[in-house]
Amino acid sequence: MSNISIKDDEVDIVIGALEPDLTYFLEEWRPVFSRFHLIIVKDPDLKGELKIPEGFNLNIYTKSDIDRVVGSSPISFSGYSCRYFGYLMSRKKYIISIDDDCIPARDSKGGLIDAVAQHITNLTTPATPFFFNTLYDPYCEGADFVRGYPFSLRTGVDCGLSSGLWLNLADYDAPTQALKPENRNSRYVDAVLTVPAGTMMPLSGINIGFNSELVGPALVPAFRLAKEGKFRWETVEDIWSGMCVKVVCDHLKLGVKSGKPYVWRKERGSAIESLKKEWEGVKLMEEVIPFFQSIRFSEEAKTAEDCVAEIASLVKEQLGPLNPMFARAADTTVEWIKLWKRVRAQ
Amino acid sequence: MAGVTPLLKDELDIVIPTIRNLDFLEMWRPFFEPYHLIIVQDGDPSKVIKVPEGFDYELYNRNDINRILGPKASCISFKDSACRCFGYMVSKKKYIYTIDDDCFVAKDPTGKDINALEQHIKNLLSPSTPLFFNTLYDPYREGADFVRGYPFSLREGVPTAVSHGLWLNIPDYDAPTQLVKPRERNTRYVDAVMTIPKGTIFPMCGMNLGFNRDLIGPAMYFGLMGDGQPIGRYDDMWAGWCTKVICDHLNLGVKTGLPYIWHSKASNPFVNLKKEYKGIYWQEEIIPFFQAATLPTECTTVQQCYIELAKQVKTKLSAVDPYFTKLADAMVMWIEAWDELNPSGDESAKLVNGSAK
Repeated sequence: MSNISIKDDEVDIVIGALEPDLTYFLEEWRPVFSRFHLIIVKDPDLKGELKIPEGFNLNIYTKSDIDRVVGSSPISFSGYSCRYFGYLMSRKKYIISIDDDCIPARDSKGGLIDAVAQHITNLTTPATPFFFNTLYDPYCEGADFVRGYPFSLRTGVDCGLSSGLWLNLADYDAPTQALKPENRNSRYVDAVLTVPAGTMMPLSGINIGFNSELVGPALVPAFRLAKEGKFRWETVEDIWSGMCVKVVCDHLKLGVKSGKPYVWRKERGSAIESLKKEWEGVKLMEEVIPFFQSIRFSEEAKTAEDCVAEIASLVKEQLGPLNPMFARAADTTVEWIKLWKRVRAQ
Repeated sequence: MAGVTPLLKDELDIVIPTIRNLDFLEMWRPFFEPYHLIIVQDGDPSKVIKVPEGFDYELYNRNDINRILGPKASCISFKDSACRCFGYMVSKKKYIYTIDDDCFVAKDPTGKDINALEQHIKNLLSPSTPLFFNTLYDPYREGADFVRGYPFSLREGVPTAVSHGLWLNIPDYDAPTQLVKPRERNTRYVDAVMTIPKGTIFPMCGMNLGFNRDLIGPAMYFGLMGDGQPIGRYDDMWAGWCTKVICDHLNLGVKTGLPYIWHSKASNPFVNLKKEYKGIYWQEEIIPFFQAATLPTECTTVQQCYIELAKQVKTKLSAVDPYFTKLADAMVMWIEAWDELNPSGDESAKLVNGSAK
């Protein structure tokens, strides 16, 4: 592990509670989470009290908190989007977020993988988006830049986001999982790499870490399926916000890393049931790819907030005419920035 | 995906540059014996290189290269493993695998010997995905797939032109890094193959490399290195940068990752420093050149792309050093020689519709 010294109080762990009983989840994560402050956001649609074991340093937010802070707004914090409220309320530099149906994975020797420590390492070591290193993360112990890697690019850039992976149930969409119901991800790939600048990727919100000071506002809860659901294969909220974060990072010359850490994702739900739902949103996502791939920000866009504001107007202008869902996403984005600024000013 | 990987024994040549001996082939015998070898003997042509019994091969020394190419032989490096690209030119096969003579069979984490060639074949026969990054790496590998959010319209992938393998033990570091970390060994087995995204260039290492000669062969020119040249250890780099720009233009894929081989010999870092020295400065200009390089839509074959690149090298890099003028001329000469030795229409590397067989 690294010698990165970061104070534990620079980190918030934000958990969206989509199930009321978090006992098993938090007990499994206790060895890793207990040193940190937790923000637990209850899905506003969830009925019943949350069950949370003792001994954690945490804040809990529920529907009434969301209503109080946000007021009336087109932003929906329902389902997986509830965690964005946690990002909003956090005052820490680094935020780690893990789905409540994931527990720590084990490495090949059976040791518990500290996903939080790995995310922190990813976020506090440089990223290398401008040239591909074939030995993956050059800052990792036992690795370095390979022959032919330009020296001027070896200082790297700050890392804005760390996207982790999952063993057991991989983050597949419903058709893929339904076609291959037995398919489980058992391959542990011992690497972290920087996703190159100019390259898009699907961000899985299941297991992420980010530098809130650098990219916080860019994780935008703006785009959701008409029937965005309570299972990951019924959501696109993270896919949309992931594309926003990536283009923002590319413009601001920040890095996005992908790979370790792994978490163990439990079985939940039926992909086949999900297949029966409406897929209009998924088709729409196909149309946004060329849009994101060709986004160019103005020179005046110097912060994540600036960039997100420009995304909102570009979405309204270029995608709005194609479908009212996009016009709504643009409006929601504008509201999100206002909200972000207002909460930060308090 | 699942099932037996075809041997491709009549469709693949193994190209090996050597100056010493080919003893390393004994260890590779179980995996290499079915294949035809093309040995490119560098250095003193009067030396006799012994090829272990039982291998089917053709061997070319400098005299052969001079005889076959005539005046164009000057584009093939002497006293540098860059001469290996002569082997690509004379091959008549669809696929090439090239390996250095100090590379041995590695073991995977379970202790099993790695059949590097089989993995390269798997990589080359399955599509690449350069247009969108898949966070679970190669989606065509057994046990993997496209992740949620990966555009459905991009899931067919594109044909794979290059398979870039890695090395355990002695890592492929440049001289300054070798000097600072003489004891560092690559012990990390990363169980992944991935496509290098479009628009991203990378440092291609020629130690453990497979490619589809029909799709990209003419771009695999390893430049002017070694004897009489101001630079060395940039042969594979140069080929990799040209190849990637052309692959991006022609919508072909480049994969990197598995397979691993065991790299046994650490070259002398002081010797390497002398060879690389100019390259370390020059690459600061070369990289932006390749990153910004665009090819006109009229360039639809690899040869056309390559000639166009050579023109751009001459125009834009000659100011860095007159070496690049010579190199640009050599690039053109290489294509002329390639086309002479590979005359028929369907052997010139055209864009192939559909996936590789």
